[in-house]
Amino acid sequence: MLKELWNDAAGGFHPVSAPDFLPEKQLREVQLRRLKAVVTRAYERVPLFRHRLEERGLTPESIQSLADIARLPFTVKADLRDTYPFGLFASPMTDVVRLHASSGTTGKPIVVAYTREDVDVWAEVMTRTLAACGLHRGDIVQNAFGYGLFTGGLGAHYGAETLGATVIPISGGNTDRQIMVLRDFGVTAICATPSYFMHLAEKALEMGVDLKDMPLRVGVFGAEPWSDAMRARIEADTGIQAFDIYGLSEIIGPGVASECAQHDGLHVFEDHFYPEIIDPETGEPLPDGTEGELVLTTLSKKAMPMIRYRTRDITAILPERCGCGRTIRRIRRIGRRSDDMFIIRGVNVYPSQVEAALLNVEGTLPHYQIILTREHGLDQMSVEVEVTPEVFSDKVRALEEVRSRLAHAIEHILGIRVGLRLVGPHAIPRSEGKAKRVIDRRNDS
Amino acid sequence: MKLPQLSVFLENRPGSLAEPLKLLAAADINLVSISLADTEQFGILRLVLKEWERAKAVLEQDGWVANVSDVVAVDVDDQPGGLVHMLSVLAEAGINIEYMYAFALRRNYKAVLLFRFEDPDAAIEVLKAANISIVQEADMY
Repeated sequence: MLKELWNDAAGGFHPVSAPDFLPEKQLREVQLRRLKAVVTRAYERVPLFRHRLEERGLTPESIQSLADIARLPFTVKADLRDTYPFGLFASPMTDVVRLHASSGTTGKPIVVAYTREDVDVWAEVMTRTLAACGLHRGDIVQNAFGYGLFTGGLGAHYGAETLGATVIPISGGNTDRQIMVLRDFGVTAICATPSYFMHLAEKALEMGVDLKDMPLRVGVFGAEPWSDAMRARIEADTGIQAFDIYGLSEIIGPGVASECAQHDGLHVFEDHFYPEIIDPETGEPLPDGTEGELVLTTLSKKAMPMIRYRTRDITAILPERCGCGRTIRRIRRIGRRSDDMFIIRGVNVYPSQVEAALLNVEGTLPHYQIILTREHGLDQMSVEVEVTPEVFSDKVRALEEVRSRLAHAIEHILGIRVGLRLVGPHAIPRSEGKAKRVIDRRNDS
Repeated sequence: MKLPQLSVFLENRPGSLAEPLKLLAAADINLVSISLADTEQFGILRLVLKEWERAKAVLEQDGWVANVSDVVAVDVDDQPGGLVHMLSVLAEAGINIEYMYAFALRRNYKAVLLFRFEDPDAAIEVLKAANISIVQEADMY
């Protein structure tokens, strides 16, 4: 079988990765052809989309160049909720082979659908993702992304299998068992949320398992924003190479974009997902290199095409060619989401700003939680930070100093007063999926 | 003679002092002295004990943050002015005291003061030169 030839660790790349290296002219041609097709499909089959085009006096023929995409209306998360459950499907249920749903934090979840072809595309982009992270046949992949309605588990699973690696479908949670499997099965790569992996590494050390002594080589991390400082810490503590991957259920799940060995931005698999950056306030397109909100269009999705979907993720398209040789463009690592933001006393705050401040104060692991309360009508923000052996001292003065250094670092970045509380190790609940960084109790009373 | 002292981070909430002590009791570890420094938010439990290495391992295994620092045990003359004399010896030598606490030595019911100095070695030199007796580790446990 062909598989024997390509995906060994010889340094060659998986043929499925070929589109990563398409000459730019050819890539744009593919994109335009697919864009026209997907807009036609959505226009003919999705009433909401057809209605919006008609309102603007547009037809699929209005798309004559890639730049014409800016004439199309946006799709937002609320559209998925308003048409719950199947209102945006462009395929009859007889062609739909899979449904996933996102954890709706408010009210109803959103439902996404895949045809057989969509599942194949998904497997392809996840294969390209894992190949970009340096995985190959022979790798033993512990897939700690959750299996189920969440797209992470099955997305990574199909990609790893298509690559020819050995998949352990362990799903999230049960950390003790994860550590046992990781050690006993000679796991070489792990897929997880970065916060869960940090928790796992910590727990492993407590159990006397040093990940540095294990064959574990690569971590494929996604589903939540994480910083470069967190990456440095993970790599130093566990001796692995940590890769950032990006995706969202509305578009396909994981497999929208991935880092390569350069660790300098994430390559968007733009032959399938067309990226734009817009001004989140005005909706105007912004040039490459400028920071704004990422908007994605699925160029080849059948069951549920998404046209100009507003991701709420803040990033920039990096126009320079990557050192790895891939021609598909990169986006900067996503540090914040426009809807992660909360407003306190009129100040916009992103959890990533708090994280940056905590990391600036030497030796503090980023296990923290932001708690918002309202006292006498005034919003209060306090940050709970777990004490680590590195900062702990037997002297009250030294510990108070750590506390005030942390508080000042946050106040310096945000420009507002915050309460800071040192709490015991493991006092902050660990999540097995996305880390819950902000507890908003302002409307509790 | 410096003595190892184990310090443990505690949150300021009901029950937080008992939890680490229960762990040590379950591991059959005996304490020689105990002191608690507390603030509005947190507390620092300080322990002197013979099996401090094992105690540290037991606590860390259970997820507690603990560290070890050096303290100096001084046997102060049991008469008026005994402590004052000692403190003035230290003050004249410019030795900083971070904190101190007292406890009774089980063996002969003698009062012993435990000092955490900024620079324990310098403090020991000064105390020795002034003929103030320092309790040896062997006499503590």
